[in-house]
Amino acid sequence: MHRTIMKTFSLSMLAFSMSSAFAQQGETVKIAMIEGLSGAFANVGQNQLKSYQFVAERLSGTKNPAGVKFEFVPFDNKGSPQATLDQLKAATDQGFRYVTQGNSSAVAGALSDAVAKFNERNPGKEVIYINYAGVDPALTNERCNYWHFRVDADTSMKMEALTSFIKDEPKVKNVYLINQNYAHGQQVAKYFKEGIARKRPDVKIVGEDLHPIAQVKDFSPYVAKIKAAGADAIVTGNWGTDMTLLVKALNDAGMKLPLYAYYAGVSGTPTALAQGKDMNVSQVAISHSNFTGELRELRNEFKKKFNDDYYTFQTYLTVSMLAQGMANAKSTNPVKVAAAMEDMTFKGLGSEVKMRKSDHQLQQPLYISKWTKATAKDPYSEENTGFNFAVVKKIDAYISSTPTSCQMKRPS
Amino acid sequence: MEFLTISLLYGVSYGLLLFMLSSGLTLIYSMMGVLNFAHASFYMLGAFFAFTISQLVGFWPALLLAPLAVGVLGAAFERYFLRRVHAFGHVPELLITFGLAFIVLELVQLVWGRASVDYRIPSQLEGALFSVYGTPFPMYRAFMMLVACLMLVSVWLLLKKTRIGLVIQAALTHPEAVEVLGHNVPRVFMLVFGGGAALAGLAGVIGGNAYVTEPNMAAAVGSIIFVVVVVGGLGSLGGALVASLLIGIVQTFAIGINVSLAGGLEMLGLQLSSSAFGYQILALKVSEVAPIMPYMLMVLVLIFRPKGLMGTREG
Repeated sequence: MHRTIMKTFSLSMLAFSMSSAFAQQGETVKIAMIEGLSGAFANVGQNQLKSYQFVAERLSGTKNPAGVKFEFVPFDNKGSPQATLDQLKAATDQGFRYVTQGNSSAVAGALSDAVAKFNERNPGKEVIYINYAGVDPALTNERCNYWHFRVDADTSMKMEALTSFIKDEPKVKNVYLINQNYAHGQQVAKYFKEGIARKRPDVKIVGEDLHPIAQVKDFSPYVAKIKAAGADAIVTGNWGTDMTLLVKALNDAGMKLPLYAYYAGVSGTPTALAQGKDMNVSQVAISHSNFTGELRELRNEFKKKFNDDYYTFQTYLTVSMLAQGMANAKSTNPVKVAAAMEDMTFKGLGSEVKMRKSDHQLQQPLYISKWTKATAKDPYSEENTGFNFAVVKKIDAYISSTPTSCQMKRPS
Repeated sequence: MEFLTISLLYGVSYGLLLFMLSSGLTLIYSMMGVLNFAHASFYMLGAFFAFTISQLVGFWPALLLAPLAVGVLGAAFERYFLRRVHAFGHVPELLITFGLAFIVLELVQLVWGRASVDYRIPSQLEGALFSVYGTPFPMYRAFMMLVACLMLVSVWLLLKKTRIGLVIQAALTHPEAVEVLGHNVPRVFMLVFGGGAALAGLAGVIGGNAYVTEPNMAAAVGSIIFVVVVVGGLGSLGGALVASLLIGIVQTFAIGINVSLAGGLEMLGLQLSSSAFGYQILALKVSEVAPIMPYMLMVLVLIFRPKGLMGTREG
């Protein structure tokens, strides 16, 4: 008798735990992607929307640990912080509990503040914001916020990685900094100077330029200046056409000195790089062209489907992180998921990665990769140029990790 | 000396491209009084047409065919749309060209996608023509300068030395009289508009591969060509040339100058601390403000000489 009771009890416990483990299974998680989908940088935003939807399709249902279906819905903010707040209102009115955004740290800052305020005023309707590309270190330091999770590495981390790499490059002695004149570009310059002074005090900054974003048509005068300054390496955080035009001008002037960049793989730039034949360009990023296995397959299929490149690997990280968080929380409720994602380890790009609890900054390896001709072993062709970004050095997460001053207010 | 020579070369070549871009705009304005907001769109169309044509038959045919195609489109737009709203005055004319700019942008995105296309300079023009103080001067830049000069000379000859040029000029000031003499004035306007669009198309063929061919390229040059035309004087071809060269050279030189007002004061023995009033503005280097110089120049010209450097109309 006693045994039967025990047996029934344990069986029912098992059944209970089974059912609760899969309570979220089969649910559809809708995520609002608030991004510049028209206007100056529309090509980047559109590519990322496709990337998100593609990854969601591949990782839905039984393909993820939570067994949920992901759905990304576009909300166009035209790249403006003000329109972003309107779109957040629209998304929350429609019942979205998850939002994601990346391009422009100015927009990211506005959205992070707005989400925190919304959650404070609407208990029971909390929203999680996943930042996939706004790399302003302030967002996980003085402006940090419990509901904001960043899956890209911030500028302080990228510069930590880059300067660790340059430390072992004795040929680099005179560096020229050229950047876009807004928060991001200024931070690239600032953190590079800080890092290099610590690691290679002998490296001289022979010149520094800040130019207005998306205004310069002809970079030749800047290139002439770089040459006159006697630089033997260039560091730039430029992106979009500012990056493409800089590369073209360097190429015109026959300058083959190493260029260290953030965004050499974003729409349009690989095409310009290929025109330069033997350009000496490296980038520091969370990704490169030569992932194997699942990620390689993903890129190849993306190219087959859209004839476009999948370069925003953060979209993969977003889905992977949410899925693991939901599986651990056994729920899709953002309050439980946010708590579960703190200090959570999940499947990243080819390795396990960890969402740091103190500031919600993802800790993951960074890569220095170099623009190289595709090989039989690493055949991926960026923008069908026959070239790709081959890994030169992997910088482990603990090296690129930077301390945080975040004093986060957690919901009680 | 090295700085002077190189900056002058780059400045002149950039200025000549600006001139190619703005000459069509100023031509249309001087002949028809229409401020064509879609002008930069014709520039973009020229680049995309040249991209497609050069893939099919090569760059040299594209150099001829793409501007022609853009010119035909421009003429058709004048014939079937602009002419209808002409009777309602300048504001509707301006608005219809404004609308055209949006339509062209969407069409370009539909046909060629939102990303940039791989439009390259022809292999014959790759490499350096000569080098100055060890810096190679790209052959393609010299080619751009040559095309701009040829364009300037031929447009000037066409307007001043040929019969059709005389008719165009007469139609501008005395349309009724020209009509009475048996000339088809609306057709003259159509040709002028098509010609202006073709010039923008030619600039697109040349500029598209020197810079980047992408759907945002029209918006990127849209503002600067208006600056050129306003500074030079609305409707003045010579003014556009002077203004283009001026803007190209001033901007290029400014980028190379690393001094700031604060630095100048320091040389006079006046040390400013970083907390001094307005320090952030005083510490701005000339090179940092270089790209906004054309706009400052425009404001100054509008204040002190509203008709522009060589304009004839009173502001």
